[in-house]
Amino acid sequence: MRRVSLAVNGVRHELDLEPRELLVYVLRERLGLTGTNVGCDTSSCGACTVLLNGESVKSCTLLGVQADGTELTTIEGLADNGTLHPMQQAFHEQHGLQCGYCTPGMVLAAISLLAENPDPSEDEIRHGLEGNLCRCTGYQNIVKAVRAAAAVA
Amino acid sequence: MAVSEQQTYVGSPVARKEDPELLTGQARFIDDIVIAGMVWMAVVRSPYAHARILSVDLTAAREAEGVVAAFAGADLSDQWAGGLPCAWPVTEDIKLATHWPLAVDKARYAGDGVAVVIAESRALAKDAAELVHVEYEQLPAVSNVEAALGDDAPILHDELGTNHCYTWKLEAGESERLFAEAAVTVKERYYQNRLIPNAIEPRGVIVQPVPTQGEYTMWSATQIPHILRTTLTLVTGISEAKLRIIAPDVGGGFGSKLDVYAEEALCLALARKLGRPIKWIEERSEAYVATIHGRDVVQEIELAATADGTITAVRVRLTAAMGAYLQLVTPGIPILGAWLYGGCYAVQGYDFECVGVYTNTTPTDAYRGAGRPEATYAIERAVDALARKLEVDPVELRRKNFIREFPATIAAGLTIDSGDYEASLDKALAMVDYEGVRAEQAERRERGDRKQLGIGFSTYVEMCGLAPSRILGAIRYVAGGWDAATIRFLPTGTVQAIVGTSPHGQGHVTTFSQVVADRLGVPIEAVEVIHGDTMVSPLGMDTYGSRSLTVGGVSLWQAADKVVAKAKSIVAHQFEVDDADLREANGTFTLAGTDKTMTVAEAAFAAWTAHNLPDGMEPGLEATAVYDPANFSWPGGTHIAVVEVDTETGSVDIRRYVAVDDLGVVVNPMIVDGQVAGGIAQGVAQALFEEALYDDEANLLTSNMVTYMVPSAAELPKFEIDRTETRATDNPLGVKGVGETGTIASPPAVMNALADALSPFGVFDIAMPATPERVWRALEEAR
Repeated sequence: MRRVSLAVNGVRHELDLEPRELLVYVLRERLGLTGTNVGCDTSSCGACTVLLNGESVKSCTLLGVQADGTELTTIEGLADNGTLHPMQQAFHEQHGLQCGYCTPGMVLAAISLLAENPDPSEDEIRHGLEGNLCRCTGYQNIVKAVRAAAAVA
Repeated sequence: MAVSEQQTYVGSPVARKEDPELLTGQARFIDDIVIAGMVWMAVVRSPYAHARILSVDLTAAREAEGVVAAFAGADLSDQWAGGLPCAWPVTEDIKLATHWPLAVDKARYAGDGVAVVIAESRALAKDAAELVHVEYEQLPAVSNVEAALGDDAPILHDELGTNHCYTWKLEAGESERLFAEAAVTVKERYYQNRLIPNAIEPRGVIVQPVPTQGEYTMWSATQIPHILRTTLTLVTGISEAKLRIIAPDVGGGFGSKLDVYAEEALCLALARKLGRPIKWIEERSEAYVATIHGRDVVQEIELAATADGTITAVRVRLTAAMGAYLQLVTPGIPILGAWLYGGCYAVQGYDFECVGVYTNTTPTDAYRGAGRPEATYAIERAVDALARKLEVDPVELRRKNFIREFPATIAAGLTIDSGDYEASLDKALAMVDYEGVRAEQAERRERGDRKQLGIGFSTYVEMCGLAPSRILGAIRYVAGGWDAATIRFLPTGTVQAIVGTSPHGQGHVTTFSQVVADRLGVPIEAVEVIHGDTMVSPLGMDTYGSRSLTVGGVSLWQAADKVVAKAKSIVAHQFEVDDADLREANGTFTLAGTDKTMTVAEAAFAAWTAHNLPDGMEPGLEATAVYDPANFSWPGGTHIAVVEVDTETGSVDIRRYVAVDDLGVVVNPMIVDGQVAGGIAQGVAQALFEEALYDDEANLLTSNMVTYMVPSAAELPKFEIDRTETRATDNPLGVKGVGETGTIASPPAVMNALADALSPFGVFDIAMPATPERVWRALEEAR
């Protein structure tokens, strides 16, 4: 066991973690933040994407102990007192989700994308979200949503 | 509400009611559910595709930390009232292999479950599963569907003595004569690549027992809670009335969760045996072998035509892989396409035969489109082959042969209620600028451009909205095709719409709310759609085959009709007039010749107090309707792909993709376009990217998301989507199915475009998926 300090969605947690615990299961099973989903075991699908110190990471690829001392944002940390984050709102308005399983990771990856490139072209959005798989939408409306969010930002 | 106000919601792109919880992490998927005292199941799977199980040593696993129990297949034989079900024995003499939830004597595919371990945590169960020692005698295995029919092929099911599962035929018209008289014939052979559905949420199940009552609650990431309950009763012997199944938020299905799986039966039986809640969550790499696959069909198609290009007859021979066992509807999947090999063309002669074959592979079953993408691919590619042979424009050959009069009874024997194939073709041609594309293509050919252009068409019709119960009975499907819904007014004017279908991304809550709100004249916010729980919903038939709106939505409409009819009697009684004196529109009754009105919601309150109802009327405003569809649903349309092929590298780039679909009346255009786009993406993926590959020993080579190419946003183009509309005439909403159209229509559009681009090089066919390597090799061989 190792003592780890994490700030998740602005709340600090001191946890004793087994070295083998993946960050995604620390979030889901230790902290009860089940919005972050697990879709694969090869770091391919991006469903588990969260922001670590503001940058998107696949939380199934990091050990919990590696996140010691960092600040994390999960999907639960985006809406502000019931008001959706502009990216969440854009996904809603543009129908950027169907089953919703990839959505938390997709939304966080999209936020990270806009942080790096505030006005991306359609092509830049498609390549910027390459690490996040969606099986429902064909990405059509996800791309539209990111464009729409960029326009209001 | 004014009487003239009609259809406030139907036809509008209402933003989805489902979204807020999904966007904020408040959704509850199967792995989010935790039950006090629950233990975890891990399945030990055969690493061999075909092997005799000589012994299973569970000693080390049972002694491992946190292990509650461990069992081999033979240890659980007393748990089963029957094997895992196949609900579609397509012929009388089909050879049905017994399918136990855990293999007992032999493993028949790599991934076949041979033992289970139950432990106190996910990790401990997984650790202990690795300590199970199974002694195997490896046997020769066969994964190729044609090789499995060979005399020297290893036999999967010794008791059957053959890998031949069934032969199913459909003959109509004088196809033999028409072929003999034909001025032109073409014969094509295609292989439908094996596909892995890859819903982004893997499967999972939790069972909570109440041992003293013999009651069980199961949560499963399933499309079919109702069918699951009935079938699991048959497998475990647990009373159907004591079994409750809940589909929580489900993260995509595409047919892969339209099944009754070993892990569901195992969790249920072991919860009974151990008296503890049990949870199993599939890992992705596990899903690649343990969740059904799609397609894997060899197709031969022949067309007969007159010299002027009138297609007269079609002849089809399929060899379809079942995989190692028959899952819920495995044998029926190729048969779902059996009526569609004539496409939307007025052929007279029809000769179809399908041979089903066991192979040492993961079982196949319904994957989005299920039989109909295969049929559409074969006919649409064969029509292009015929156009090349006749040296006519593929558009004009299609136009010449379209079915034009509706209702149209097709050669294969079913009746298409409505359609207008030319309207969608013309609209799509205008959108893509056909002449402009052909001109650019000619220029590039002229100058020998490294990048060649091709344009491909798919003018399709498909049959969905499964299905009229009598027809299902006639083709030996075990269950009916009806669905059911209940409308219940609560005293304060809100409405529960409780449905027998079970969504997993399609937006039913929003779509059904639109239908109900319009019919009852209540705000959409007042409608609460409830689904996916066998304890609260009327007996239903769940969600698959693009049936939820065309069948379930119609039952909901009819239940609302019943509610309105009862409300009318209440209003007439309160106004002290006859029912006939009232006019009703949009949920409001007006006394003819006056401005005196009362709404359905107001009648609902009167029905609840029951202070002043007509003599003998039951209190409350609630109705259930069960709808058995009169016909299949027949969406159709035109999809056009324009591809650019790099003749040096073989890479294929989709420059334009135009889809014009006729989906009848559209309830929510935003949701419908979303279904179309997602469907096209999966069809394009079949054409260009995805294929499950086995090695010589029938090991799955493409066994995870690294080696199996699920496309990302970067690999897919923008789709240009529009519609035409001919109202469905066989249901009162006028709606047609939409869930599968994109997946059905798109592969031949892309592959015809590719063949069009490569035809100057003498290359007319590339196997799917058309990877750069395949395209490059074909060009090299032709040069």
